[in-house]
Amino acid sequence: MKSYLFVMRRPPNLGNHVQETLDMILTMAAFDQAVSVLFADDGVLQLKAGQNQAALSLKETSAIFNALPVYEVNSLYVEAESLKSRGLAPADLILPAQAIERIKISELMKRFQVIIPD
Amino acid sequence: MKFAIQINASPYQSNAGLDAYYFIQSALNSQHEILRVFFYKEGIYHAFRYALPPDDESKFNRNWTELAEQRGIDLVVCISAAQRRGLLCEDEARRQGKQDNDLAGGFRIGGLGLWVEATLQADRCIVFG
Repeated sequence: MKSYLFVMRRPPNLGNHVQETLDMILTMAAFDQAVSVLFADDGVLQLKAGQNQAALSLKETSAIFNALPVYEVNSLYVEAESLKSRGLAPADLILPAQAIERIKISELMKRFQVIIPD
Repeated sequence: MKFAIQINASPYQSNAGLDAYYFIQSALNSQHEILRVFFYKEGIYHAFRYALPPDDESKFNRNWTELAEQRGIDLVVCISAAQRRGLLCEDEARRQGKQDNDLAGGFRIGGLGLWVEATLQADRCIVFG
């Protein structure tokens, strides 16, 4: 077993990259690997509640994000500064994520064997 | 050192595929091992058999085919990413009632499990694009 950190930095609703990264995350988790996810920069918007993706003919990623706990992906981190600079608070997100200050991100990353970007 | 490589960008979207190609060649020339190259997301566009750029341009799909044939590199194209973008291997095309084989030589179709497996065996995992 290895520990993986997925780093989600790109905005949602531009193509299906979030959906395909989530497929990869769920596959890793289905193979019983220890998977954590960090949201930073525009990636924090992926967790924003109240997105109406169906209106854009895009797949609703919130349903897939909500499946993460079922796959025992429970360690979600969000960079505090990214959230704040976009006018968001933890209560605006669809899943509970632990806020981490930017200065602590490298420390967080050192705890994982594999880091995969979105 | 053993490397697992993932490529997520198409040939004309960015230089990520080219960067990966040169990285792999350098790694091999330095006696490192490439366990697998996994083409995911827009990266699957590297594997189209009938991509035919003009004669004075680089033939990215042929470069990969030669790499697979000459150095024995395992080139895997994600099945779900490939199917939604219209890249069907011979078996899958037949299942869909088509007579086609879009997959360039040296590539094979596989699932995300092959990427998981490669990351488990590798010392380093690198994602391009």
